Amino acid sequence: MNTNATTMNKDKPRKNWLVMFIHKMGSPPWFYGFSGKLIPWLWAIFAALTIWGLYLGLVKAPADYQQGESFRIMYLHVPSAWMSMLIYTSMAIMGFIALVWRIRIMEILAMSSAPVGAAFTIIALASGSLWGRPTWGTYWVWDARLTSELVLLFLYLGVIGLYNAIDEPRKAARAACLLALVGAVNLPIIHYSVKWWNTLHQGSSISVTGGSNIDPSMLWPLLIMAFAVKFYYGANLLTRARVKLLEQDKRKGWVKKIIKERES
Amino acid sequence: MTPEQQSGSMASAFFALLRRDLLLAFRRRTEMLFPIVFLLVVVSLFPLGIGPSPALLARIAPGVIWIAALLATVISLDGLFRSDFEDGTLEQFVLSGHPLTLISLAKILAHWLVAGLPLVLMSPLLAVWMNLPIESLGVMVLTLALGTPILSLIGSIGVGLTISLKRGGQLLSLLVFPLYVPILIIATAAVMAASDGLPYTAFLGLLVAGLITSVTLAPFAAAAALKISLS
Repeated sequence: MNTNATTMNKDKPRKNWLVMFIHKMGSPPWFYGFSGKLIPWLWAIFAALTIWGLYLGLVKAPADYQQGESFRIMYLHVPSAWMSMLIYTSMAIMGFIALVWRIRIMEILAMSSAPVGAAFTIIALASGSLWGRPTWGTYWVWDARLTSELVLLFLYLGVIGLYNAIDEPRKAARAACLLALVGAVNLPIIHYSVKWWNTLHQGSSISVTGGSNIDPSMLWPLLIMAFAVKFYYGANLLTRARVKLLEQDKRKGWVKKIIKERES
Repeated sequence: MTPEQQSGSMASAFFALLRRDLLLAFRRRTEMLFPIVFLLVVVSLFPLGIGPSPALLARIAPGVIWIAALLATVISLDGLFRSDFEDGTLEQFVLSGHPLTLISLAKILAHWLVAGLPLVLMSPLLAVWMNLPIESLGVMVLTLALGTPILSLIGSIGVGLTISLKRGGQLLSLLVFPLYVPILIIATAAVMAASDGLPYTAFLGLLVAGLITSVTLAPFAAAAALKISLS
């Protein structure tokens, strides 16, 4: 209805504030300025939440009666594993937007997501195998969830590799965005792998619909950490995107203006 | 042009392209043998590396044959669009006005007939080498017949993305192997189930579903990839 109204009332150019915001975000100087203001807040919220969550998780929460102290790896492992999948999804969605509407900021954002997601995947794999040693007695098992996490890492590496292999940045971004979209077909398989092959790996302890099997004193730090890493992603993503944007636009007027302002 | 004429011309373009690609392949028969010889060599390395114990070989046979087929497909994939890209024919295809999706599908089909079908026909010999139980031999051939077209279809997307690179081959394997994982799992699970005397039709059903999905979606993605590479 809103879009209809705006097209019909041509004498009234005021658009829905959200549409205006999205249009503004498409402009590199505006995005650069806005993200610059946002980044310190994101880092600050991330730091505060992480300190709180880690304090509750590593100090306050009681040791698990079966796994002992080693269960605390969960506070790093589970948020990272969730983020590895969330970032892939967000990268694929941003890649789709970039391919369909050809928005350069979206290309940059999608491509800046890939290294962050790959890092989270590596953290999830490494922390998972460190947790597996005392709990399962082995660093690595070819269980469905571990394997699909590894495949996810390969998907990330493919996107990063393709992006870096093509010289022209916009063409590289478009090719890698398409690959990310194709790879997103793999994500449901990763998600439902628990149901497909239920082997050594524990089933999910947290469910949205039913009650959780985990004590609140152990659950809260996990949720806080899961929330904190989202701010980390936002902060890291925007920082990377700004650098990439400056690099691509180094010959453009608005970047030169920023440099001049910094120098004076 | 009326819609009927257009569809007629599309079908004729499809078959003309298919015939051309097959003809080009048959003019270079030795190159057609490369994937087959590669498959034979890779599979024969496994008994040499692991030992000739028939029980062990029978256990790993489905996986070994399938992985060898994956490798052989990826090696042959580079030829899918390469020569047409380098001599500019691909650009002419784009300019011809026929949908690039249809052109991709014709080229993928030609690629499978030249590089994939021989692997399927060769697999009974490999199954005998690897001491695969005779009951599961039919399932092995069936999974390859259903699975190798999926490999060509998904691979075409990777080829489309890497075609403009000088050395796309190594990157191509990084791009497509993760996408091949579900097929490998399902296909080998089917053969192993058949070897153990368990029902395997569900796995074959999944492969058919994968084939239908990739036939309908992959050519579009491959065409989009080619357009990005040609831009």
